[in-house]
Amino acid sequence: MNRVVTDSTRLQEFLFGIKDELPILIGVIPFGMIYGILALSAGLSPSQAQAMSAIVFAGSSQFMLVQLAGTGTPVLMMILTGFVINLRHALYSASMASYTSHLHPAWKTLLSYLLTDEAYAVTINHYRQTNNRQNKHWYFLGAGVALWGSWQISTALGIFLGAQIPPSLSLDFTLALTFIALIIPNIQDRASILAAISAGSFALLTVSLPYKLNLLGAAIVGIIFGLWVEEK
Amino acid sequence: MTSIWLVIISVGILTYLTRLSFIMILSHWDTPPIIKRALHYVPIAVFSAIILPELFFYDGALNISVNNPRLLAGMIAIFVAWKTRSVAWTVIVGMIILLAAKTYF
Repeated sequence: MNRVVTDSTRLQEFLFGIKDELPILIGVIPFGMIYGILALSAGLSPSQAQAMSAIVFAGSSQFMLVQLAGTGTPVLMMILTGFVINLRHALYSASMASYTSHLHPAWKTLLSYLLTDEAYAVTINHYRQTNNRQNKHWYFLGAGVALWGSWQISTALGIFLGAQIPPSLSLDFTLALTFIALIIPNIQDRASILAAISAGSFALLTVSLPYKLNLLGAAIVGIIFGLWVEEK
Repeated sequence: MTSIWLVIISVGILTYLTRLSFIMILSHWDTPPIIKRALHYVPIAVFSAIILPELFFYDGALNISVNNPRLLAGMIAIFVAWKTRSVAWTVIVGMIILLAAKTYF
């Protein structure tokens, strides 16, 4: 991840974004396939299953929604659930905002659509290491497009091929490992260590909360602890 | 299942507006330093909150011991990530430990 701090072309940034997203795709592709399989077994049509991947484009909420659809949950409840699960994206949006403020609204409109957990994780890392680069929004675009394409294709594969990857391979674990690799190098001072431990512990203790509310709570706890240690 | 279309489109719009929210608004707002410092902790806090339950829960139950392959693999992966700063090495070593632990324990 250590790159020379000189400016790079749009194409170079775009390709860096794709390249850094590749390890994440090992975990994302089986995840997307499983989603496609589950969506059909919950009673969605193939076009609905695919449309959800394109329109909602947020894995954990899609899993929750097809599960709720399968159990006949009222529409309003499903909409509310999906909305709340995806609220953490507001935090990503806030932390990206200072890096994207100079961009044309068309860019903001496009990049917001691509702002997923997986694209955010690599992009915020890159932005913090290379803030002086002019074309760095092309990196975001590359990471986002790589994830978007593989999410759509893996959904389609799940719909048409059915279960092909044995769950005993535990490929879903590669996602957690990738997040570890991206976050650990950023935990360098006491404040970050405390923020990580407090947020992780809070999420662990409140894991039974519905709608992944434990993630939002944990983020707030982590931020407060980080700022508190900084002050001291 | 026609109502599922309503769900897809509604959640899609709400999620998109959530993602767009601050990227669109904050560009016209001079962010106070305290907010900037708070936002610095967003990725660390959110991803720690995603990762820890993934490691400590195994087969649907809390398991804090070396018999939990996810915890063992995760701890070693944290060490590898800290030493190498490489996504590839972290994923490779982590997966090898996980699969080996699941096979031999």
